[in-house]
Amino acid sequence: MSLDLATTRRIAKLARIGLDDQEIEAVRAQLGGILGWIEILDEVDVEGVPPMVGTSVTTTLKPREDVVTDGNCQDKVLSNAPDREGPFFTVPKVVE
Amino acid sequence: MSYTLEGNTGTWEIVVGLEVHAQVISKSKLFSGASTVFGGEPNSQVSLIDAGFPGMLPVINQTCVEQAVRTGLGLKARINLESRFDRKNYFYADLPTGYQISQFEHPIIGTGIVEIELADGSTREIGITRLHLEQDAGKLMHDQDPKRSFVDLNRAGVALMEIVSEPDIRSPEEAGAYLRKLRQILRYLETCDGNMEEGSMRADVNVSVRKAGEPMRTRCEIKNVNSIRFVMQAIEIEATRQIEIWEAGGEVDQETRLFDPHKGETRALRSKADAHDYRYFPDPDLLPLVIEQSWVDQIKQTLPELPDEKRARFQKDYGITAYDASVLVAEQSTADFYEKVAKGRDGKSAVAWVTGDFFAALNRTGKSIEESPVSADSLGAMLDLIADGTINGKIAKEVLEEMFETGEAPIEIIDRKGLRQVTDTGAIEAAADDIIGKNADKVEQYKGGKDKLFGFFVGQVMKATAGKANPAIVNDILRKKLDG
Amino acid sequence: MLTDLTIAQASEGLRKKEFSAVELTKAHTDAVETLNGRINAYITVTSDLALEAAKKADAQLVSGDAPALTGIPLGIKDLFCTNGVRTTAASKIIGNFVPPYESTVTAKLLENGAIFLGKTNLDEFAMGSANLTSAFGGVENPWHRKGDPSVMVPGGSSGGSAAAVAAHIAMGATGTDTGGSIRQPAAYCGIVGLKPTYGRCSRWGTIAFASSLDQAGPMTRTVEDAAIMLTAMAGHDPKDSTCADIAVPDYRAACGRSLKGLRVGIPAEYRAPGMSEEILAVWQKGIDLLREAGCEIVDVSLPHTKYGLATYYIIAPAECSSNLARYDGVRFGERAEGATSLDDLYEKTRHNGFGEEVRRRILMGTYVLSAGYYDAYYLKAQKVRTLIQRDFTHAFEKVDVLLTPTAPTAAFARDEKPEDPVQMYLNDIFTVPASMAGQPAMSVPVALDSKGLPLGLQLIGKHFDEETIIAVGSALEKAAGFTARPDLRAGVSA
Ligand SMILES: [Mg+2]
Ligand SMILES: [Zn+2]
Repeated sequence: MSLDLATTRRIAKLARIGLDDQEIEAVRAQLGGILGWIEILDEVDVEGVPPMVGTSVTTTLKPREDVVTDGNCQDKVLSNAPDREGPFFTVPKVVE
Repeated sequence: MSYTLEGNTGTWEIVVGLEVHAQVISKSKLFSGASTVFGGEPNSQVSLIDAGFPGMLPVINQTCVEQAVRTGLGLKARINLESRFDRKNYFYADLPTGYQISQFEHPIIGTGIVEIELADGSTREIGITRLHLEQDAGKLMHDQDPKRSFVDLNRAGVALMEIVSEPDIRSPEEAGAYLRKLRQILRYLETCDGNMEEGSMRADVNVSVRKAGEPMRTRCEIKNVNSIRFVMQAIEIEATRQIEIWEAGGEVDQETRLFDPHKGETRALRSKADAHDYRYFPDPDLLPLVIEQSWVDQIKQTLPELPDEKRARFQKDYGITAYDASVLVAEQSTADFYEKVAKGRDGKSAVAWVTGDFFAALNRTGKSIEESPVSADSLGAMLDLIADGTINGKIAKEVLEEMFETGEAPIEIIDRKGLRQVTDTGAIEAAADDIIGKNADKVEQYKGGKDKLFGFFVGQVMKATAGKANPAIVNDILRKKLDG
Repeated sequence: MLTDLTIAQASEGLRKKEFSAVELTKAHTDAVETLNGRINAYITVTSDLALEAAKKADAQLVSGDAPALTGIPLGIKDLFCTNGVRTTAASKIIGNFVPPYESTVTAKLLENGAIFLGKTNLDEFAMGSANLTSAFGGVENPWHRKGDPSVMVPGGSSGGSAAAVAAHIAMGATGTDTGGSIRQPAAYCGIVGLKPTYGRCSRWGTIAFASSLDQAGPMTRTVEDAAIMLTAMAGHDPKDSTCADIAVPDYRAACGRSLKGLRVGIPAEYRAPGMSEEILAVWQKGIDLLREAGCEIVDVSLPHTKYGLATYYIIAPAECSSNLARYDGVRFGERAEGATSLDDLYEKTRHNGFGEEVRRRILMGTYVLSAGYYDAYYLKAQKVRTLIQRDFTHAFEKVDVLLTPTAPTAAFARDEKPEDPVQMYLNDIFTVPASMAGQPAMSVPVALDSKGLPLGLQLIGKHFDEETIIAVGSALEKAAGFTARPDLRAGVSA
């Protein structure tokens, strides 16, 4: 299956990976190649087959108790922030 | 009467569905052990899980699951013993991991019902499509810096129940009634505090319009409306906007809009062109959530009596009107208060006092029922004192006011102020004779057919006894003396 | 030489006071200083911390209260978050990230007395099979073709760990395996690599690539050492909902267990077309050795094997596209300069921060999950995955363990890297199916090829039956008598 440029651009936008025109074209070609190779799955009849959920014998969630055991670690949370202002992370101004 | 809007081309009806985000009452977050307490120092109630640090994994909170089940039971809804968590992928500054953990294909709660009451006394059933658990996002502040927005993740990861209604709502009034009823149920269940001002309950409103008998037309979603009044306003304004577009020969675009209560308008937030593609898929960090029917049954045992049942019981047990009963059950605390007052007494006079002078006094002093200086027992004691003739109704009003001020028991006030009802016929007769003697002209007129003057004599006698005379005895004596 | 000892030997030597933990660690930190400049197995070297820890280990050894790995110097794949020590995932985007927390697996190793020499190199975010995508440069495989100085790749993604262990600049190392990232580099570097059952080791604090596949495991020079390390690494963790609550046996006890009557399955589908005669020959050698050791050899079929890779290249990118959304330059990591808007910040940061292969997989994953494609790709792949798992379930009704080649070729030279990503992906063809089904699997070095490069065989076991693959692996190791060592290693001047 070949991939068109518009779809490739849309995907790059969704993934928030800025690509220039040259990169878009390269990615389009590579993804197209991978998608072509993946078409082998068309051979498989999956009628009535359930999709896999989890991988092992652990098949259901084990909930935790509702107790405050975490948080209260502002310094840790902020310690790696590339741009912080007091107790806040920052981003370029968002207009809503 | 059904609600419609008149356009140039005829009559339009509106179709509304609501998605309510209700914050779950729990100590810690849905998938982390950080606190949910409101108003903490920025980024202090954040675990590294909430902040989406590398390698961090979610673990589900048992109480949040229980709260969702409780709510489902309260909405008479189907409880799904197996549900799943999915990732809803999108980029935004308030969403640290780049995805919200939500329930897309397999929610924990399926279809249910909410019955609403309308002003004309009629009731309607609004269908619930589903209820699912999901994470709240963080908070952005835009007004602190000219170039940057600030991010506080204290809310990030707090558990929300998204409660989705069927598009069964047909008027702003119904939307208001639905939201009030939903909030009431959540409060009774103690699964959400329903505080819209603090954002613990928010509504996304889906609005479309159509001519009678038509199928659905394109809908718009108005995001995050934070008061019942605004929801009602937004529906009318948005419906009017859509009618104008259709009637001008245009097309309504399916889009997300924002309600601006100051300007009284809705405006587009983003259009279909840059619509999200959320790429939902099952969260591979979380396995299916499986609960036992026996556990659901146990939770059912602990459900409180819900407003609908309570209202019906109040009407039956206390002989009060449907209207009075729904006023009383609006808040669980009011219903409990009333029930304490009414138990073993006359239910009708109890409702008259509770919703009358008692509510008025609360209003005047700006107090909630929980802060009332007059307890239900003490108000009940006052009702007993009326019933046994210790005081009359008029004096009782005075006593209640004093009770609000001093917090004293009614009998103490009555004794301190000497307010016991005068039932001594001799004293009342003497007062009556005195009044009749002083007002010979009025007696003349009364006997001449001016019946209304009877009230004057009653009033004068009451005045002479400082209001304490038993009104029934006063009436009796005056009748004998004037008519006899 | 101290650097030539196995973990089991060193542990005994320490207890017998033949040498101290400081001496053992110093031998390794010196070797790292000497060789890492060339091999580039470590992204971050923590010699000072290691020597500090060694002093404590010696004190513990004196007190007599010393857990199994006390004083044993290990390499830690730079995908495990280590408290206060830079953790990069070999990516520019978190090139300076210092986690304020310790992953569960490394915390368990520390509790067991292990000493960390540093953080080992890998393919960026564990995406790759040749260690050529690291933002910190490629790793050199300590092995070379006879008479050929070409630099060979160590395999990937745990190539730094594999090379460090092979070059004797770590006694053992942690790896993570998503589609073969422990087993394939182990085969390329002539060491043992064990990927446990999915859910055997906690994923908490390990940087995620594909959550439903990622699994930590040991990389060592002997099967016994792998068993010792796994015993320390495995176990239930309430912080990881997918981690199994099943008791951890003493895996070392499985080494040397009799194989009499054990049924070993040989899956027909692993006889892939175009496979080299040498790989087929080493596979046959393994079969013969196990038969001699008392195993019954049984032909089995895993009919969906050929769909494994395509399934993997849908599911792993899908999960990675979501897992890697958190690298946005806001809370940690590198942030692009001069962004004019939020989206601009995201796009610049992620473009500059991620390498080409990571970007490609994120885009691939975004595509297969996007509206209109989800059912055709992701959902379909998860159904095929069910079929792949059923293949294993059926096979394990007949046999106790499977024996296959680990990789279709020996290591290749750095300049032989295929341009086509699909050609590159074929390296994982034999390792991916077990990953898809969550089975435990181990690569054991068995022989050298005609050019002098190591070849490994893979043992695949039933869920949570690591003991059987360890028992068979240790017998195979013994029978094969693989004692070759690379020319580039500690104590040998290259
Ligand atoms: Mg919604
Ligand atoms: Zn929602």
